[in-house]
Amino acid sequence: MKRCSGCHGAAQQMNGLRLDHPDFILRGGYSGPALVKNKSAESRLIERVASSKEGVRMPPAGPAVPAAEIEILKRWIDQGAAYPAGLRAAPAARPKSSHWAFQPVARPDLPPVKDAAWARNPADRFVLARLEKEGLRPSPEAARTTLLRRVFLDLTGLPPAPHEVSEFLADTRPDAYEQVVDRLLLSPHYGERWARHWLDLAHYADSDGYEKDLQRPWAWRYRHWLIEALNRDLPFDQFTIEQLAGDLLPGARTDQLVATGFLRNTLTNREAGVDRDEARFEQLVNRANTVSTVWLGLSAGCAQCHDHKYDPIKQTDYYALLSFFDRSEEQEIDAPLPGELGAWLAARPEYLRKRKQLLTEFEVPALMPLWEERIIEAIDKPGTQPEWDFALTSMKAIFDRTVKVMKTAPGKRTLRDQMRLEDYFIGNGTRFGLPHQDKFTKLRELKKKLDALEADLPVYSQAMAMRDDSEAPPTKLRVRGMWNQLGIPVEADTPAFLPVMAKSGAQANRLDLGRWVASAKNPLTARVFVNRTWGEFFGRALARTTEDFGVKGEAPTHPQLLDWLAAEFAAPSSGRPWSMKQLHRTIVTSATYRQASLARPELAQRDPENTLLARQSRIRLPAETLRDVTLAAAGLLSRDIGGRSFKPPQPEGVAELGYGRSRNAWTAAKGKDRYRRGLYIHFQRTTPYPMLMTFDSPDSSVTCARRSRSNTALQALNLLNDEVFFEAAQALAWRVESESAGGISERLNHAFALTVGRQPAEAERQRLAQYHDRQARIFESEKSALSPWVGVSRVLLNLDEFITRE
Amino acid sequence: MNNRRRFLSDVACGIGSMALGDLLAADGLSAPNPLAPRKGHFEGKAKSVIFMFMEGGPSQMDLFDPKPELQKWHGKPAPESVIKQVTLAFTKPNAAILGSPRVFTRHGKCGMEISDWLPGIAGNADDMCLVRSIATDAFNHHPAQCLMFSGSQVVGRPTLGAWTVYGLGSESKSLPGFVVLASGAGTSGGASNFSSGFLPSTYQGTLLRGTGDPILYMSNPPGITMASQRAGLDAIADLNRMRHKDTGDAEIDSRIASYELAYRMQSAGPELVDFSKESKETLDMYGIDDPKTKAYATNCLLARRLVERGVRFILIMNASWDSHTNLNTKLKANCEATDKPAGALVKDLKRRGLLDSTLVVWGGEFGRTPVCEIRNTQEADNAGRDHHPQAYSMWLAGGGIKGGQVFGATDDLGFFITDNKVHTHDLQATILHCLGFDHTRLTYHYMGRDFRLTDVHGTVVRPMLA
Repeated sequence: MKRCSGCHGAAQQMNGLRLDHPDFILRGGYSGPALVKNKSAESRLIERVASSKEGVRMPPAGPAVPAAEIEILKRWIDQGAAYPAGLRAAPAARPKSSHWAFQPVARPDLPPVKDAAWARNPADRFVLARLEKEGLRPSPEAARTTLLRRVFLDLTGLPPAPHEVSEFLADTRPDAYEQVVDRLLLSPHYGERWARHWLDLAHYADSDGYEKDLQRPWAWRYRHWLIEALNRDLPFDQFTIEQLAGDLLPGARTDQLVATGFLRNTLTNREAGVDRDEARFEQLVNRANTVSTVWLGLSAGCAQCHDHKYDPIKQTDYYALLSFFDRSEEQEIDAPLPGELGAWLAARPEYLRKRKQLLTEFEVPALMPLWEERIIEAIDKPGTQPEWDFALTSMKAIFDRTVKVMKTAPGKRTLRDQMRLEDYFIGNGTRFGLPHQDKFTKLRELKKKLDALEADLPVYSQAMAMRDDSEAPPTKLRVRGMWNQLGIPVEADTPAFLPVMAKSGAQANRLDLGRWVASAKNPLTARVFVNRTWGEFFGRALARTTEDFGVKGEAPTHPQLLDWLAAEFAAPSSGRPWSMKQLHRTIVTSATYRQASLARPELAQRDPENTLLARQSRIRLPAETLRDVTLAAAGLLSRDIGGRSFKPPQPEGVAELGYGRSRNAWTAAKGKDRYRRGLYIHFQRTTPYPMLMTFDSPDSSVTCARRSRSNTALQALNLLNDEVFFEAAQALAWRVESESAGGISERLNHAFALTVGRQPAEAERQRLAQYHDRQARIFESEKSALSPWVGVSRVLLNLDEFITRE
Repeated sequence: MNNRRRFLSDVACGIGSMALGDLLAADGLSAPNPLAPRKGHFEGKAKSVIFMFMEGGPSQMDLFDPKPELQKWHGKPAPESVIKQVTLAFTKPNAAILGSPRVFTRHGKCGMEISDWLPGIAGNADDMCLVRSIATDAFNHHPAQCLMFSGSQVVGRPTLGAWTVYGLGSESKSLPGFVVLASGAGTSGGASNFSSGFLPSTYQGTLLRGTGDPILYMSNPPGITMASQRAGLDAIADLNRMRHKDTGDAEIDSRIASYELAYRMQSAGPELVDFSKESKETLDMYGIDDPKTKAYATNCLLARRLVERGVRFILIMNASWDSHTNLNTKLKANCEATDKPAGALVKDLKRRGLLDSTLVVWGGEFGRTPVCEIRNTQEADNAGRDHHPQAYSMWLAGGGIKGGQVFGATDDLGFFITDNKVHTHDLQATILHCLGFDHTRLTYHYMGRDFRLTDVHGTVVRPMLA
């Protein structure tokens, strides 16, 4: 076996196979056993070493195993592959790693600093100590107007109103800023701003993705839960557990079920003819990768196909993680919002009565069995009737759990399944070759009547959730990550190089996973979270690669600060553990955060990326916030919290680009809803709202831990010419003119206050006044009815400062 | 943080030979322009690409890969040994073979056999490398389209056009580097066929629209003339400069440049779509005035004009070639709408001396089965073909490709490749090679690993190269 041990020995086990000891040989590798006792002819080991085919023969390079040695091997197998009992191999120890991120979090001591007075809280001590070591001074505190706009945008995603600016400027109390912070943390808009960030991680969308890209009318319930959870500062451990396993909590409440909608943001491929097993496997991969990136900062996805090259994640670890989701199913649930149940319950008996009456009138009870019979035939005897084969293929893609439901006798189906099936039959069912064609044709009419009946029924909200599937067969590792290449069975478990998970039963479930993830003993969860959070406030995280805490990720610039924040988050010296608001408060009240973002010539060469934090950073606003600040400045913004998604106006031809264009027609919202915040924009995966994509929103196909920030001409065109932004410019002009009665100078003051939250400098005032006059002359010569203030407003709404958090 | 600088160092890691200094110098700005033209790993023959994507899966045995044997088997079930190795989306294993009524004749000096429904394309036989041995892994539309453009069946990776512009930037100073044109129905992949994935959005494809603004938001809002726009932009630039002085943030320089480019686009856009200076002979050659070919002809002519204006990558999508049923009518209609313009485009590029530096690619995400699919047994001409990923045809011309050759072959019934398999990843590797890239070195670090278009696969198909 010496020939093999290079790749299949103690140091390395390609494809999980180790051949340096009989114990391991018998156990085999990821694809299964290497040999069958007494049957060398059926043993893969022999097949591989004896093969002459390239790609099959082992070893893959170098000389082949001599025939004589193969003979010895064969004989050994045929004689029962016995070996002396004393030759037992030592049981494998849990793998260990010395990589920083995998070590327990220890609360570091505060480093000594010379200028202790600068530090406003312990976090500052770490930053200052590093700066002092480099011989650098921190920047002075930002201008009060800058600081106020910064903290408003960072905590609520909205700019301060002019009166909030003037109140703050007039507030001379030493803790005026902290007062503002505490008020913002209690604002219901706080949940919106931080939900937007978490939705990137959840890769939320309002449609399935892939060809059909069906809309998900209840996807927003998860977003709604998220906003509320953030607003009530649901502790991060609980926040984690509810999203991963809310359904498994004892006496789970509806909102905890809704929280598992986190796992429902995976794409669903409903293209007719799709292989459901393959599509499901892709969903499992997506879930495993998402959880691993979001909470553990691990690029576990590499181990889908092979043992991780750099991190101690075995392929078995990957499928052990995937197994938690393999043993779960999607479920659609009733999730009434407050106030819905009463009206719905009152109307339901009448609805059911009328529905039954309609179904009877159109003879559904008589027709449906004819159809069901043919579908079941197509399930049992494929290839006999092409039309019904096609009918079944199409049905499977759209109608979840087709075979399961069809194979359940009508009386034994759940009411939900039965009604769902009736609706499918009436709306989509194939009628080919069935008797009573005229009656089937009339079902179209029935569909309309049922839709009308349904429209009258008071809303009873639904949600997308998960449930346990304890009957699921054991998960099998997939050789080379291919969905249909089944390898050895793997039990649900967490990566072996991390602390052991406590199992609540014989089989671990998602709740065990959730508790393990959200444990202070987990070296990754708190670190990964505080690091990403820091990045949101500084434009760069302490460890820049927020998605990769593995060996290949970038090391943190301030490792002790990271650990202090993580320790303080999970197990604070005072206050509540896992409080996200507390963490945010710590960061925004720090002296480090409050620094000016102005560039310093002496830093340009030494620290162009601002890793030392000798200043704050200027950050282009995310797409959604850009919309929000524009509408807010214009006075157009609707401040309704939560609820359904909406569609802003979008040019013709965008939605039409997708396959599902007839079904997914884009009708712009009217009235107040048209002016909702950016995070509520309907996200259609195959044809997303252009402005979001132009300004670097993630495409929602996989989790996104860090947005890129580009700067393009299409962005300029979007802000200058999109009707949404032009409408805002007109509204802002109207506001400036109507709210400020004075001359150009006073109006410019007001316009500046509304947009950038400060007063113009003299040079700015002069330049804009000059532009105002010039624009007035142009409009006049063109006999335009537009006010020059529309032009001024457009200029202000396009300023770099306006679209930047400074 | 100067994100652009960060990005550039990412880019610099990805493209070994790309000098950061070149980028920094572009446009004379301190903050570099991510679309500035740059070199690949070596001098590629192709400076631009026109990818004619025939969405849905054109039928290779009716267009490019003659199979007389099919006639003999017509109506009989396929041999069991063959059919059990085939993955089918809709058809069942007992489906009958469907013969092709098409007539194939030889074209050009090379004598390439092409179907009677493609006289326009066939006219360029001596410039074409017809590959009859393309293979993909996916048998559903969207995953197969993802594989074709992004190298992975799963949505979310950067696409071919995005990788190209990421690698080479663009020669155009007034148009986007990656432009998308669409005709026919919506595609399964939608915007994911031209997404920049996890690359900066600078590299995503910009849709040149058939109605309304050619480029989204290119026209001024109602009541804003170009004079007003200019006056407004001057004010924006001056105020941004003042802010730049105060903050010292180089990103503001880039912002000013972006607004100037936007203004140039506003002028270049209308000029681009204005065909009034094209000769009547040219317009006729494409079939601009024929209602049947108008839509596709417009896109083909635009593609040539985009190449002339230095645009790096042009994706022309046409949907849908997904003929599960009524193959004889649907396929005919598709050919009639696109063949003449596609043929004209290659000819036009050639006579203008642009073909050598423009790589033209024609094909779908997979092919169609030799067996027949029927969804209505009562209808006379209902027969169609199912999805066939195992073996299908595409053609390439110009930009580094050796024309006048047929590459690869399939078995007598067209089920499998018998000779010179070209997997999607090999095709991608070859396209990138034509552009001057070693496909294994055009990478982007994301989520803890270096990603590339060809994933961990792909071999450049040398015999296809000039």
